[in-house]
Amino acid sequence: MSLLAYTPSAAQRRRAAYRRRQTVRSVLVAAASTATLGTLLVLAVTGAPGWDRVRESFLDPAIARDALPAVLSGLWLNIRLLVLCAAGALLLGLLVALLRTLRGPVFFPVRALAAGYTYTFRGLPLIIVLYVLTLGVPGLRLQGMPPVLVLGGLALVLTYGGYLAEVFRAGIESIHPSQLAAARSLGLTYRQTMRHVVLPQAVRRVAPPLLNDVVALQKDVGLVSLAGPIDAVRAAQIATAQTFNYTPYILAGVLFVLLAIPLIAVTDWVTLRAARRQSGG
Amino acid sequence: MAVLTCRGLRKEFGGHVVLDGLDLTVAEHQVVALIGASGSGKSTLLRCVNLLEELDDGTIELDGEEISDPRVDPDRVRRRIGMVFQSYNLFPHLTVLQNVTLAPRRVHRRARADAEAQARDLLDRVGLGAKADAYPDRLSGGQQQRVAIVRALANQPRLMLLDEVTSALDPELVGEVLAMIRDLKADGMTMVLATHEMGFAREVADQVCFLDSGRVVEAGPPGQVLGEPTQPRTRQFLRRIIEAGRL
Repeated sequence: MSLLAYTPSAAQRRRAAYRRRQTVRSVLVAAASTATLGTLLVLAVTGAPGWDRVRESFLDPAIARDALPAVLSGLWLNIRLLVLCAAGALLLGLLVALLRTLRGPVFFPVRALAAGYTYTFRGLPLIIVLYVLTLGVPGLRLQGMPPVLVLGGLALVLTYGGYLAEVFRAGIESIHPSQLAAARSLGLTYRQTMRHVVLPQAVRRVAPPLLNDVVALQKDVGLVSLAGPIDAVRAAQIATAQTFNYTPYILAGVLFVLLAIPLIAVTDWVTLRAARRQSGG
Repeated sequence: MAVLTCRGLRKEFGGHVVLDGLDLTVAEHQVVALIGASGSGKSTLLRCVNLLEELDDGTIELDGEEISDPRVDPDRVRRRIGMVFQSYNLFPHLTVLQNVTLAPRRVHRRARADAEAQARDLLDRVGLGAKADAYPDRLSGGQQQRVAIVRALANQPRLMLLDEVTSALDPELVGEVLAMIRDLKADGMTMVLATHEMGFAREVADQVCFLDSGRVVEAGPPGQVLGEPTQPRTRQFLRRIIEAGRL
């Protein structure tokens, strides 16, 4: 039967027309309720008794323009740190997760060390790790001490590596044993099985939570400023202290959100794709 | 000479004895069908032969070499044995071609072009050439199982172990997989297959072994074991199969 010869029945045409009407109606209702809520919110904020003073001290365009270069140069530090620390933490997390899955008595100390690491650094507040590494370690006055920025980055990598290791491990353990049996029965070694069968599937499965942690890391990289380096938030703080105006903070916040949007969009897309793959069958 | 010799195999899972002094010999080019109820030890036997399970007692010899010796490298043994599972176990993240070439390339270190040519040739022969670049989830159960058989064959094994390879298939797809096993027998492949397809066991097997409580209770030519069983437990099992309309 050709597709051209097919004409929908009267019942199907009535259903289609009804659904079209319903769609138009839903769009109109959504638009009306959004407009109403938006208007109410704007009225509530701008009509508040202190609105004029808040607008002056938080939303001053001139101050935002003046602070922009400093905040942007701070943001550039955030971006560079994010890229390097995310890469470092992902590598460290993967390595630790793999060490924790090793079997056999020879690897007991390695397993214990890896487990101890994830327990310690998931429990330890990031700020304490930062202080110990950026203030304590240089205090040893060893030769060839890396700059404080590298030490701060290391603190971030160590802390986030602990979380990511557990995400990777959950992924590895979610691969059904029958996949391992199939790979081993072909003569693949344990390492080859991990490399070619388990990890590719595991990483795909945990990509959404991994990216979620990277989004969280994006906000935490700024904490290195506690040890001196000037990130976007610290630059905003300095500008605020100079002008007694909080607009630079709002500026930094907006820039952070803009920076996060692409990363979050990628996370959502990967999550959706993973869900589709699983239900698609 | 026997390709496979199992003597006194014993395997327990948490105090439950699954294999209880099992003996089995498979000669070259011979097809041995293992029949028996679920839990009689068929799958465990196959997994032990492929060293996927550790034995609790007994010895296994492959081509006269004792592979149950703990000093033997299991990866080297498994290269010589092909195994096919009830649930296919294809690698879902790899295409059909990548599934088939994984072991030849990584285990046997063959060049990619060489391994792919061999894989395409094998796939063509079983009518799956057009599916080489598809992912497993695009294939029917029967096609997936045939790919799994091809994947095992790409290692050019001495012995094939088939673990209820048609049990998960829709009835209309069983035939294409059985036809492939028939062709393997015609090519002289030595095989041990655990099966619930009594008609197929009768047709393709040189020897049928009835397993019960982890032992071979009765073994012999299919006509004898399936037609005139001497052991009461074999008779009882076959009676139930007939009642279920499966013979």
